[in-house]
Amino acid sequence: FQDQAEQFFRSGHTNNWAVLVCTSRFWFNYRHVANTLSVYRSVKRLGIADSHIVLMLADDMACNPRNPKPATVFSHKNMELNVYGDDVEVDYRGYEVTVENFLRVLTGRIPPSTPRSKRLLSDDRSNILIYMTGHGGNGFLKFQDSEEITNVELADAFEQMWQKRRYNELLFIIDTCQGASMYERFYSPNIMALASSQVGEDSLSHQPDLAIGVHLMDRYTFYVLEFLEEIHPASQTNMNDLFQVCPKSLCVSTPGHRTDLFQRDPQNVLITDFFGSVRKVEITTETISLDRDLAGFESKLPKDELATEPLKYAEQFPVAQIIHQKPKQKDWHPPGGFILGLWALIIMVFFKTYGIKHMKHIF
Amino acid sequence: PPAVRTSITSRYEMVYRSTTAREEAALGAASAREADTALHPLQDASLGSLTVYVVPETSSLLPQGVSVYVGKHRSALVRAGGGLAARPAPLGSSVVAARPASALTGCGSLAGYEITFSLLNPDPKSHAVDWDIEDAVNRYVQPILDKLSLVANFSVDSQILYYAVLGVTPRFDKESSSFLLSTHSLPHVINPVEARLGSSAASLHPVLNFLLYVPEHSHSPLYIQDKDGAPVSTNAFHSPRWGGIMIYNVEAPASPQVSLPLHVDVDMVRVMEVFLAQLRLLFGLSREELPPEFLLESPGNEGLADWELDRLLWAHTMENIATVSTTLTSLAQLLDKIGNIVIKDDVASEVYRAVASAQSAMAELATGHLHSAFQASKEAVTSSERAFFDPSLLHLLYFPDDQKFAIYIPLYLPMSVPILLSLAKIVRETRQRKKEPTKMD
Repeated sequence: FQDQAEQFFRSGHTNNWAVLVCTSRFWFNYRHVANTLSVYRSVKRLGIADSHIVLMLADDMACNPRNPKPATVFSHKNMELNVYGDDVEVDYRGYEVTVENFLRVLTGRIPPSTPRSKRLLSDDRSNILIYMTGHGGNGFLKFQDSEEITNVELADAFEQMWQKRRYNELLFIIDTCQGASMYERFYSPNIMALASSQVGEDSLSHQPDLAIGVHLMDRYTFYVLEFLEEIHPASQTNMNDLFQVCPKSLCVSTPGHRTDLFQRDPQNVLITDFFGSVRKVEITTETISLDRDLAGFESKLPKDELATEPLKYAEQFPVAQIIHQKPKQKDWHPPGGFILGLWALIIMVFFKTYGIKHMKHIF
Repeated sequence: PPAVRTSITSRYEMVYRSTTAREEAALGAASAREADTALHPLQDASLGSLTVYVVPETSSLLPQGVSVYVGKHRSALVRAGGGLAARPAPLGSSVVAARPASALTGCGSLAGYEITFSLLNPDPKSHAVDWDIEDAVNRYVQPILDKLSLVANFSVDSQILYYAVLGVTPRFDKESSSFLLSTHSLPHVINPVEARLGSSAASLHPVLNFLLYVPEHSHSPLYIQDKDGAPVSTNAFHSPRWGGIMIYNVEAPASPQVSLPLHVDVDMVRVMEVFLAQLRLLFGLSREELPPEFLLESPGNEGLADWELDRLLWAHTMENIATVSTTLTSLAQLLDKIGNIVIKDDVASEVYRAVASAQSAMAELATGHLHSAFQASKEAVTSSERAFFDPSLLHLLYFPDDQKFAIYIPLYLPMSVPILLSLAKIVRETRQRKKEPTKMD
């Protein structure tokens, strides 16, 4: 009976996924890439494999021509910690990081030609961690300096995921200015959200490194990284501790969180439920008995699947036909209401202004 | 959208008849198992049916103390006698109707599964391990996969990994002079190994991994401890939706002078007994607790009994139909909410096909044709998934009202000022002209 009670408080997930998104480009946004890579590093260290991480970086900082220390991305000044490492696997890079691709990854409406590493193949027993960072405002997050995703779109995407049971539980962390506005509109169950600042507040960056010349990390993620460095795969730290990370004295902004949509009490939610990959295992107690020698066993030869018909040329592209084709007649549609109305207005105004007698010059 | 909650009820058709002469002859066999084998070709057992033979109380077919015997095909023997009326109910509920728990389902479960057998040898200097996996797969695994091929497609591959270690260091136990892995360290074993299995590169289908780990010479013998501290007899554990791991201990050589590496020939039967049991558990075919007077025949080399296959098909069919209805309902809700999504013709045709297949699946289920019902439900789910996940249904068309104002006003306001002024002028002139004739008069 105690076993059952234990089971109730533990999450019912069997696998973990992480979607880590950095949405800003340009060298001076180095800190956003460093943010994302430090969460990536923690998540990999705690056990989630690359095949279960979708990493989206909008710009390449490590090999950026302005990087004085190539092939590195540092999170602590004086180059203490290189979060780039030597086995980073970036799934969406540079201009591939768009709102459309991000929503496609979340909802699963991906063209069939997408490789497996670019897909979120979660099921109804997956716990997903979604981390986003970049520049944001009240109700939106800017992607690539040219487009934005609104909190309503994000909430709808999560609802689509819930309808198809693409997650068991979801942890959403966002480190941008006015980050709390992004989770205001969520309405699907089993989502827990954390943000680095409230509406009306800015999230500040942490420390610049004088050799590299830019700010290396944002404050909230810097303290989250320090918190996660203490966690190991078997630790029992729960979410309430994560909520305490980066109080106003250290962060200047007020981090916020939202747990009303989440079924379990945050006290019972382990950090490793989302950041690590602790699988549910059961001891195998049954065996089936097999007959050692099968008297009537015939070895099954693999079916010969090679085609035996002679090879021939594939259909050639009918270039001659295509060149001499007439263009397809498009069906003519009469002009629609708005255009008709606009033209009627213009003609009426013209003739009223200049008088009807000018019409005889036309006809 | 349907507002009524639909529910599904199941019922069993009972048909009574007396035995034919040939069945009588078969029932005259010496033991229940032989009777079962003899009866199998005589029935025209279709998928989903169960034939129950009632034998006299004094018959010697069933051993002492056993009153119900369930064979590995689709028949059962019940001893006549007191309380016979009560028997079909527990028989029906426990054997036939109970749903497989934690069935291996989810998107992609219909496309197929990939089963990978991996041999992990962390210490090739000490052990030169050989396993005849191809033969074992053909002999023991292929029959069960052939039987399950009704449910899904399977592809099997195998690999050998060298220098792959478990993520956990086992502790040495002085009393048994062996190394032990405790239960709560087991979840951490899988992750470091998984990255090296290469399962993600293989295909888009979900992968079931079965690992055979031969411990290093310095960590032999290695046993798994269960919660009470006793070593597990199978020395194996499994993880739902992932696969299973078994630890294969190499016997210490008789004389310590033997040169390394030791040649090890893996006993594939022992290994396959565990792996196939794990495969059954992963598919939800576990043995439930039955009252002691029930005797279940072990399916042996076939891997699963026919009635277990029926149960699996039935559960999958139900689940598929439920999935189709929720998918199509949520798709309809999405399309209601977003008025300006364009629905392509092929998406529409997939939806129609899904609905038609789901209806035919339910019709087939009502008449009891399990196989065609399952095929129809599989088609229905494939069509509905294709319709729901069509890449063209992505909408990025959320326009809050203030954004609409912000976009259109700077365009139309300056443009409309001269137009409105001209209209005002026209109206004024027309009014003046109407007044003028009276004035000039």
